[in-house]
Amino acid sequence: MTDDLREYNFAYLDEETKRMIRRALLKALAIPGYQVPFASREMPMPYGWGTGGVQVTAACLVPEDRLKVIDQGADDTTNAVSIRSFFARTAGVATTERAAEATLIQTRHRIPETPLREGQILVYQVPIPEPLRFLEPRETETRRMHALEDYGLMHVKLYEDIARHGAISTAYAYPVKVAGRYVMDPSPIPKFDNPKLESAAIQLFGAGREQRIYAVPPYTQVVSLDFEDHPFEASKPDHPCALCGATDSYLDEVITDDAGARMFVCSDTDYCATRQAGGAA
Amino acid sequence: MTPLLQVEGVTRRYGARIGCEDVGFALWPGEVMGIVGESGSGKSTLLGCLSGHLAPDAGRVLYDAGSGGGAQDVTAMPEAARRRLLRTDWAFVHQNPRDGLRMNVSAGGNVGERLMAVGARNYGAIRARAEDWLGRVEIDTARIDDRPSAFSGGMQQRLQIARNLVSGPRLVFMDEPTGGLDVSVQARLLDLLRGLVRDMGLSAVIVTHDLAVVRLLADRLMVMKGGQVVETGLTDQVLDDPQHAYSQLLVSSVLQV
Repeated sequence: MTDDLREYNFAYLDEETKRMIRRALLKALAIPGYQVPFASREMPMPYGWGTGGVQVTAACLVPEDRLKVIDQGADDTTNAVSIRSFFARTAGVATTERAAEATLIQTRHRIPETPLREGQILVYQVPIPEPLRFLEPRETETRRMHALEDYGLMHVKLYEDIARHGAISTAYAYPVKVAGRYVMDPSPIPKFDNPKLESAAIQLFGAGREQRIYAVPPYTQVVSLDFEDHPFEASKPDHPCALCGATDSYLDEVITDDAGARMFVCSDTDYCATRQAGGAA
Repeated sequence: MTPLLQVEGVTRRYGARIGCEDVGFALWPGEVMGIVGESGSGKSTLLGCLSGHLAPDAGRVLYDAGSGGGAQDVTAMPEAARRRLLRTDWAFVHQNPRDGLRMNVSAGGNVGERLMAVGARNYGAIRARAEDWLGRVEIDTARIDDRPSAFSGGMQQRLQIARNLVSGPRLVFMDEPTGGLDVSVQARLLDLLRGLVRDMGLSAVIVTHDLAVVRLLADRLMVMKGGQVVETGLTDQVLDDPQHAYSQLLVSSVLQV
């Protein structure tokens, strides 16, 4: 055991807490899309920075894991770097920036472009797990609506979008129905990523402040809600990536000066770098 | 023919006080029942018990959905079934339209909510139904995308009626539908309600303290005092020849202009 690990239990959390989180995770996997309450702990970071995701990651990590952390697709932003170094220090696990090599990926607001495979775990950081929250503020009422599968209100929101903007303007946190039963908030991923929710990997969602865990097991049906005459569309900026030329990846708009110049680049830095390296070779 | 709604011995207490006690009546298809009484006489409590918003302490509310399954006790129904009933076969018009409308959702969305709740998923069709119903309650269809907060009180109340009737209910509960509106708006609303009730063959239970409303709309009348029914009968009969002392007081206290 290294010096670092003598100061902490493996992966920071104590074993009883991990046990409690794993029980919640198993329940969440057994009922896809259902929000399982759990006793969220104080973590050494502010709420909104991924306290839920970090706890789920800590409960899932084993010493053989190879961890990747992304923040809106990027491996090199503050949130991603600090969480990666947090687990490198407290769990001593290997880290990587390659989505294909990672066994566990913690993500904030993106799904990697590289298709995930069986055996991988994708952990989402979720700010507000309740998809009905902005339509119905009462927790008692939203729970009852989930229990009774009373989801008409979700379509009222989409109706309002079309009435006001001519199209469904919800661009992120686009509501989905999981396994034909629960309506779920896929965390604020762009709706471009929604089709990727039907995946071979295990997808776990952790909301620390709201104390909820939910999950999508591998190969589970995930349907984005829509209208017959306004079907769901996984939209993205209509440009190729300015760095790697990809036309099939989600793009960030980057403003490059104060005269209105801008460029569109892949939001998934690993995908973009891999393509650039491949193109150069 | 069987009654649409059969109410037997409905009682609701608030601690030691009585909300309503041992109320029973039958409502037949196409019939409009008026419930009048002073404030605190238990009218709204009774309506809450009938419409499934309040659980009665005793008694049964039997509703015949007309599907051949016979009458079912609404108070003993599972909540999922009761909710389905409340947004398909039944409608509830609140006294204050703010209670019955979603104030931050456009008029079209308000009318379409019931349709979407029962599975309508075609935007064009939902919008067409909403436009049709706005026309029927005399709201300019150009205002379909305005929020109810931009509407006058009378328009909000008409919008609430449209939102409730869009699913083609068989039974409507109304709690003081004209309360808080000025008299000319009241008259228009009553006219509209009377037309809709007659055209659609609706049954309705209307709670009000306004005798003019029941004179216009109701076939039968129940007078309540202190949580109990003191007199029932045909509307004209009760209003023209009240038997109970309280009914006589009620009828005689209407101001004549």
